[in-house]
Amino acid sequence: MSDVAAHEHHHDDHDHKPTGLGRWLFSTNHKDIGTMYLVFSLIMFFVGGAMAMVIRAELFQPGLQFVDPQFFNAMTTMHALIMIFGVIMPAGVGLANWMIPIMIGAPDMALPRMNNMSFWILPFAFAMLLATFFMEGGAPNGGWTMYPPLVTQLGEGFPYLIFTVHFLGVSSIMGAINIIATVFNMRAPGMGFMQLPLFVWTWIITAFLLIASMPVLAGAVTMLLTDKYFGTSFFVAAGGGDPVMFQHIFWFFGHPEVYILILPAFGIVSQIIPTFARKPLFGYESMVYATAAIAFLSFFVWAHHMFTVGMPLAGELFFMYATMSIAVPTGVKIFNWLATMWRGSMTFETPMLFALAFVILFSIGGFSGLMLGITPADFQYHDTYFVVAHFHYVLVTGALFALMAATYFWLPKWTGHMYDETLGQAHFWLSTISVNVLFFPQHFLGLAGMPRRIPDYAVQFTEWNMISSLGGFAFGLSQLLFVWVIIKCVREGKKADEQVWEGARGLEWTLPSPPPFHSFTVPPKVDASVAHS
Amino acid sequence: MSVRNMKTFMGALSSVLLLAAAPAWAEYALNLTEGVTPLSRNIYDLHMTIFYICCVIAVIVFGVMFWSIFHHRKSRGAQPAKFHHNTTVEIIWTAVPILILVVMAIPATKSLILIESTGDSDLTIKVTGHQWRWQYEYIEEGIEFFSSLDANSNEARQLKSGIDPSQIDNYLLEVDNPVVVPVGQKIRFMTTASDVIHSWWVPDLGWKRDSIPGFINESWAIIEEEGTYRGQCAELCGRDHAFMPIVLKAVSEDEYYDWVGEMMMVAMEAEAGADREWTMDELMAQGEQVYGTFCVACHQVNGMGIPGAFKPLVGSPIATGPVEDHIDVVMNGVAGTAMAPFGMQLNDVDIASVITYERNAWGNDMGDMVQPSTIAAMR
Repeated sequence: MSDVAAHEHHHDDHDHKPTGLGRWLFSTNHKDIGTMYLVFSLIMFFVGGAMAMVIRAELFQPGLQFVDPQFFNAMTTMHALIMIFGVIMPAGVGLANWMIPIMIGAPDMALPRMNNMSFWILPFAFAMLLATFFMEGGAPNGGWTMYPPLVTQLGEGFPYLIFTVHFLGVSSIMGAINIIATVFNMRAPGMGFMQLPLFVWTWIITAFLLIASMPVLAGAVTMLLTDKYFGTSFFVAAGGGDPVMFQHIFWFFGHPEVYILILPAFGIVSQIIPTFARKPLFGYESMVYATAAIAFLSFFVWAHHMFTVGMPLAGELFFMYATMSIAVPTGVKIFNWLATMWRGSMTFETPMLFALAFVILFSIGGFSGLMLGITPADFQYHDTYFVVAHFHYVLVTGALFALMAATYFWLPKWTGHMYDETLGQAHFWLSTISVNVLFFPQHFLGLAGMPRRIPDYAVQFTEWNMISSLGGFAFGLSQLLFVWVIIKCVREGKKADEQVWEGARGLEWTLPSPPPFHSFTVPPKVDASVAHS
Repeated sequence: MSVRNMKTFMGALSSVLLLAAAPAWAEYALNLTEGVTPLSRNIYDLHMTIFYICCVIAVIVFGVMFWSIFHHRKSRGAQPAKFHHNTTVEIIWTAVPILILVVMAIPATKSLILIESTGDSDLTIKVTGHQWRWQYEYIEEGIEFFSSLDANSNEARQLKSGIDPSQIDNYLLEVDNPVVVPVGQKIRFMTTASDVIHSWWVPDLGWKRDSIPGFINESWAIIEEEGTYRGQCAELCGRDHAFMPIVLKAVSEDEYYDWVGEMMMVAMEAEAGADREWTMDELMAQGEQVYGTFCVACHQVNGMGIPGAFKPLVGSPIATGPVEDHIDVVMNGVAGTAMAPFGMQLNDVDIASVITYERNAWGNDMGDMVQPSTIAAMR
């Protein structure tokens, strides 16, 4: 008997994987859950992308060719909800799941069962959201910002929208708690906070932002629900309520939310640039402080999303100055990346290309963001395509490009195979050129006076819309190549060693590629050779 | 990564920039309008100042970056340096941006103070956003009217209309009743809304301002040049958000007062009509016109509505049921739906005629009539 027990115990210690569907449904393994998050966000990327294609097809020329305006509004609303909550956020959490334990020398996430639940909520939440397409009144069409009173005109899909947001919030908060618990409690001996890789640092800060902001959103949408069904008047002017209060509450969540989307991207780029410059990250401490400063300031700038609602002069001035001040820590980060590259020994594999494109294109989004923060000028820019161009530069060529960089950077570690470098670079160039053809002309459209969220436009906007749509179709098609590179890399490719990249430093690169199902069951030794890259 | 690829990227980037700068493209507007008011010019100057500062920073930052990309590459034998910290540099690149921001904030603050100085106006216009048209009330003159997308644009913008928008004059930027204002006077605009949030925006005035139920926002303009200025609703307000344009005609003071006189005559005639008995034909003709302006966007020309979004009127329990219920729905709306209360928007004649029309069109043959006096009695 004792022999059998000993044998079984011995067996458990090894790379024993559960098999079949159960491996995924009941998984408590950070690597499997991370993979599920990443695959889920890739699928949702194409769902949200298909909606963007409908939008660009309808906007290819003036007149209504394909869809009813109400369906067009549903497309813009659902595209935003899916891309934000179904693509960028889950991809970030997926990377955190996969990488944080192996970056800090932990055997798994601190709360593995909760980890399972926070993932499995997502497919159900999005199934519920997408089901609204088949309901009376159609899918949500009042904009992802859900401003009342418009949002309460939605038909039967309304409560599904609200509960989807609740579920997504619960999932995000559980994910955030797990990340904080893991980093605070499970670092390998010798790994102090100031030895953490920057990706881990940006995720701790993001996790705190999530915990602080998601409940605010949940509160706001709950008030919408009671306004519609239970006779309250939180936001109903006729009942003594205040429709502008919703916008204040929403953006008190919404502005931290944009940093939830972008801070992990900063972390990714801060891992990649030193690796391919073969030089330590410049100004590690100032990077950490700048990230924390951006997160802190994000709670004091919300009203710059709503300058045109009519605020007192003092309020407008306060939010303008606060918004402008965010440029300082953001500038510090850009300069640090530049200084990291300076006098390095750079090579330009696909992850580095995406990271460099991120620095340039995110900066362009930063400049337009600064312009939007200037209140008087915002009275012209607000709710035009200039804003659309701005946030797509920071979220597509910013957050999404960083996620793609991360995919290429860590794919060999995850799969044990090198991806096809030629195809990877082809994907990069196709994406980078087409995304600029897609979004750069939208600056001109906005300045020339084209409002956002319209299915049809005056004829003087035709040319730039056509160019933008062509760029959009090309960008959409280019992403099929991305999927092909990933599938190819999972199936075959040159065997990747532990190190993968010549300049890579950190604990994750001390593990074999792919890492065993259970890693760091014995805490690793942390010394200068693996501490922050 | 090869130099060749980097060149491709630079080539693509510069051709985009050249494309933007080429004179042949000048007619396809690229930049903010300078506008025709002191505010709009002020904002335009501010916009250009900030834009140029951003351009200079971009050239320096990206210049350093590309210099580094070209020179500090492994393929050129670059050996990595070991430095990872330099306090002096870090203080400089924190302090310099702060100074630049202060330089930007000074003119921005001045502009903002100017924009918020809405006092001492010569003329006040209340602008009310409705789904999906604008209502204008000239507070001093007592003039009031609605302004909707004009018929040609409205026909062409229907799904698969087959009409080429480029053949329509000012497609989507033309209305039936433009706002007429005098040049050279300080006009105060008070924006509000009856149903959902809209935003009133004429780029040539330099600003947009949300029109919000329960709020009145104030803005101002002194228009310096006569002309016709066009704008659109800028805040998503439902299905026809794209189809509620604004047309502002700035005219000389004489022309303005002529127009005010005409509008007062029209208002007096309308008031006179409310007291008399109307015939079925008159009500149907007037009702069709009112329906075409206020109801058609949701309930459609054939009265069938849009399944799942807007209810049909053909054979509906309201349009073919008791007339009191029908009047109630039209005047008071249906809470929690897109059906707005029209009691405050329309006069007695319009409400009476449109209800009569709805009960007797498209095969609804109730045969009953609603007189303006009935509506007046129910107010």
